[in-house]
Amino acid sequence: MLACSELSFSYDTKKTFNFPSFSCEKGETLLILGNSGTGKTTLLHLLALLLTPNGGSIKINNNELATLSAKESTKMRANHLGIIYQKPHFVSSLSVLDNLLLANYLADQKESKEQAQKLANNLGISGLLDKKTSMLSGGEQQRVSIARALMNNPDVILADEPTSNLDDENCEKVIQLLENQSKNIGAALIIVTHDQRLKDNFKNIITL
Amino acid sequence: MLFKISWKNILYKKLNSFLCILLMTLGIAMISLLMLLGKQLQDKFAKNISGIDLVVGAKGSPLQLILSSVYQIDNPTGNVYLDDVAAIAQNPLVKEMIPLSMGDNYQGFRIIGTNKKYFEHFKTKIASGKMFKGNLEVVLGASTAQNANLKVGDTFASSHGLDSEGEKHAENNYKVVGILEYNNSVVDNLILTSLNSVWNIHEHKDEHHEEEAADSTIKREITSAIIKFRSPMGMMTMPRNINQNSKLQAAVPAIEVNRLFELLGIGIEGLQFLAAVIMLISGISVFVSLYNSLKERKYEMALMLSMGASRTRLFLMLLLEGIILSLLGFIAGIALSRIGIYLISNALSKKFHFDVSQFSLQTGEIYLFVGALLVGILAAAIPSIGIYRINISKTLATE
Repeated sequence: MLACSELSFSYDTKKTFNFPSFSCEKGETLLILGNSGTGKTTLLHLLALLLTPNGGSIKINNNELATLSAKESTKMRANHLGIIYQKPHFVSSLSVLDNLLLANYLADQKESKEQAQKLANNLGISGLLDKKTSMLSGGEQQRVSIARALMNNPDVILADEPTSNLDDENCEKVIQLLENQSKNIGAALIIVTHDQRLKDNFKNIITL
Repeated sequence: MLFKISWKNILYKKLNSFLCILLMTLGIAMISLLMLLGKQLQDKFAKNISGIDLVVGAKGSPLQLILSSVYQIDNPTGNVYLDDVAAIAQNPLVKEMIPLSMGDNYQGFRIIGTNKKYFEHFKTKIASGKMFKGNLEVVLGASTAQNANLKVGDTFASSHGLDSEGEKHAENNYKVVGILEYNNSVVDNLILTSLNSVWNIHEHKDEHHEEEAADSTIKREITSAIIKFRSPMGMMTMPRNINQNSKLQAAVPAIEVNRLFELLGIGIEGLQFLAAVIMLISGISVFVSLYNSLKERKYEMALMLSMGASRTRLFLMLLLEGIILSLLGFIAGIALSRIGIYLISNALSKKFHFDVSQFSLQTGEIYLFVGALLVGILAAAIPSIGIYRINISKTLATE
């Protein structure tokens, strides 16, 4: 599903990040552990096509992505990648439901209320659909982020520190939901984190 | 969806949006109101002078003579002898001379002594009753009858002078014998009677003070006279001749009205400039509001960009916010100016007996619409260009 080899990236000439090669199959989960400054977010942004690597390759379904143009990357990202950011950010003027539908709209897909309702039921946030996102708790916001990442049935889900702001109980719940939902739609799940609590939950672990 | 996001963003920042709309509303309302007032006053003034070539009266300010005799809004310049005016009317160039005699009022409505030619000039029609014939019989303009609450058969005592607080002629009552149809001219707000009635009332009054008043050889006085010429030649020679060689003054309405509008124009232009400045400030407030919100929403923008939005789409979304704000301001401004015109026309028709009611959209307001739109677009476009400079990855990683 997703395979990358010898990715490298540098913000300036002093320091260059060289990342190990790895791959992640459909329905599998890969945990990438690393402390601050080891390039976790950089790696995630490379995989999310938000940054262009200096060298190496990223393949999804054997299509090379590292060399796509900005426009093609945007389209690719919107339709095939689901991204969960470290801090749950939303369009604050819109309701939870509209924030979910926004993912459809911006990817030029049909706005599917059924899909939003289904995901909300699965993630236990169906009662919150009409609320503004700023009214939700941290755990609830993170679940809405997950729902949003799943709205377009992506092939790969990328999560950047999804649990770092959550307590143990919510951490456990969110990871469970994330894993189950990815398996449901048959997506590859890649979690980038420094959160040592997650170590025991996964078999495939890479340490940066 | 794009429109929905813009609209939700406007609602999300209620106070900011309110301020932008309020400023735009004020600017638009002021300009629109001035345009409406200017146009309608000009229409009104032009209509009332049509057909009147010259006004002859006592020496004084020519503008005052026109305002008092044609528009019935200023005090007369004084009285002149009917014989003197009649002598001028003998000139073969003169087609028609309509004498006017004023001096009394009822509840602020002027009582004008004149003859049938005045009615013919304004092409009036009797709505009920008949024309005045006998002594102290009057015919009312439509608005006078309505506002003074008089009907055919009623009698009233006039007050001396041109404001309703004047001394009452209690011993002689006028009798209403007819009411005119609505004429959309100055006649609507007048009380018309024969010259004799006006003379009689004042002679009667004078008897109390001076015995000589009964003298039958007394020279009759009038206030002014409206003159129409047979040919433009009259216009060329007579005003100059009258002003130089007689005790009378001749004033040309067209010239005086133009002068009046030149004076008014300065005021109107000044106010329009002020209104344009208010519109500009509204534009700046849209600018500041969007600029600030863009800074706050930088992460939101980066997020939407990462979710597949093109920068142009987001740019349009922000532009739409500016357009919606300025359009709402425009609509509210036009509505406000109509309310203003309504209130002003109410106040004016009581005080100056002018009725300025016209609510249709003016052509000038289409330019105003385009102007408002441009202010909105420009004010939104400048800060929104920032969209094209957002570094998605950096913004998502650091904020």
